[in-house]
Amino acid sequence: MAATVGRICGARLLKNYGLVGPQVCQLSTNAQGWTKSRKLLLSTLGVIGGGAGALLFALEQSVDASGTEAHPYHQPWSHNGLFQALDHASVRRGYEVYKQVCKACHSLQYVAFRNLVNVTHTEAEAKAEAAEVMIKDGPDEEGNYFERPGKLSDYFPSPYPNENAARAANNGAYPPDLSLIVLGRKGGEDYIFSLLTGYTEPPAGVVLREGQNYNPYFPGGAIAMAQVLFDEAAEYSDGTPATASQLAKDVSTFLRWCSEPELDDRRLMTIKAIGIFSTLAAIVYYYKRHKWSTLKSRKLAYKPVSKK
Amino acid sequence: MSLWSELNRNVFKRTSTFALVVAGGTFFFERTFEVISVGIFESINKGKLWKDIKHKYEE
Ligand code: HEC
Repeated sequence: MAATVGRICGARLLKNYGLVGPQVCQLSTNAQGWTKSRKLLLSTLGVIGGGAGALLFALEQSVDASGTEAHPYHQPWSHNGLFQALDHASVRRGYEVYKQVCKACHSLQYVAFRNLVNVTHTEAEAKAEAAEVMIKDGPDEEGNYFERPGKLSDYFPSPYPNENAARAANNGAYPPDLSLIVLGRKGGEDYIFSLLTGYTEPPAGVVLREGQNYNPYFPGGAIAMAQVLFDEAAEYSDGTPATASQLAKDVSTFLRWCSEPELDDRRLMTIKAIGIFSTLAAIVYYYKRHKWSTLKSRKLAYKPVSKK
Repeated sequence: MSLWSELNRNVFKRTSTFALVVAGGTFFFERTFEVISVGIFESINKGKLWKDIKHKYEE
């Protein structure tokens, strides 16, 4: 390996310059610094890179401004912030909302009942949740498909057997799978919250077709999903008043968890990374001072050569 | 005899003891670091985590 590297790079790479040599070069006023062409190359690269970044930013901003849809407010989510974990009580209530309302139309096919264990439900509760649904399984020994009560290892069953059935039941619009919807929509849970609470009468001049509803947050404004969240549209087992905005907040938090179940771990990792990297920074700082102390405190003495 | 040179003579000089100290030090460092980090995380997020609400649902 070393021989190959040596052959490619020539002897220069492996040559021992000694510790002090290059540092003295850098410190000396005699050093040449960058050559003219190198300066030119680097500044060109810098200008091009910065320009491209600024252009992308400006384009993105103008796209934001060009649509007709309303931009969602930033809500004060309790999991906003570098160290803030999800509010698990809210995630649990959000699951109840999904189960009582959204499940009728939306699948959640990448979340399994086992994922609920020790997040929102105890193992016994999650088993009970799973046992409430029927899962299509098979083929058995005779080659038949059959239905059985769900187990912890099952994923959430979808309301429709396939996309065509879903479209046929919803006026041709496909209710998207909600597993990754928070990551899949610009604005994340702010958007979901605004969408669910933002239904209004269509403004004058907007013509909606059969089965469409007006929602200023939905791109285009005409959405096939009717308003589903009203006060008391779902029931909470923990007694929280089920206002429409409470339901929307909890189901948005739940969907954030579905999209990013590792959120709590990431927040913990942030704390750990800050701890480790500041320790390492302190060590590196000390080590640098330690190694440079001899260099910085030395004195070069030139002895005139005495003429004979 | 300072603590440092004492350590140097008895521990760091021989590879076997040095390796042992590295392994042991790693273990204790990781344990304390983990416990402290998780402690900070749980105190920041008190009341929001599953461990804070699970008593309501366990028999
Ligand atoms: C009556 C069936 C129905 C119910 C109940 C329902 N939805 Fe929908 N949903 C739809 C349909 C249909 C669409 C597709 C709308 C479109 O593309 O115009 C949709 C679309 C969506 C979208 C995607 C919007 C986008 O930007 O593309 C989200 C998010 C959503 N629903 C969330 C929910 C949530 C959360 C609930 C539960 C509180 C829920 N829905 C309940 C039928 C439903």
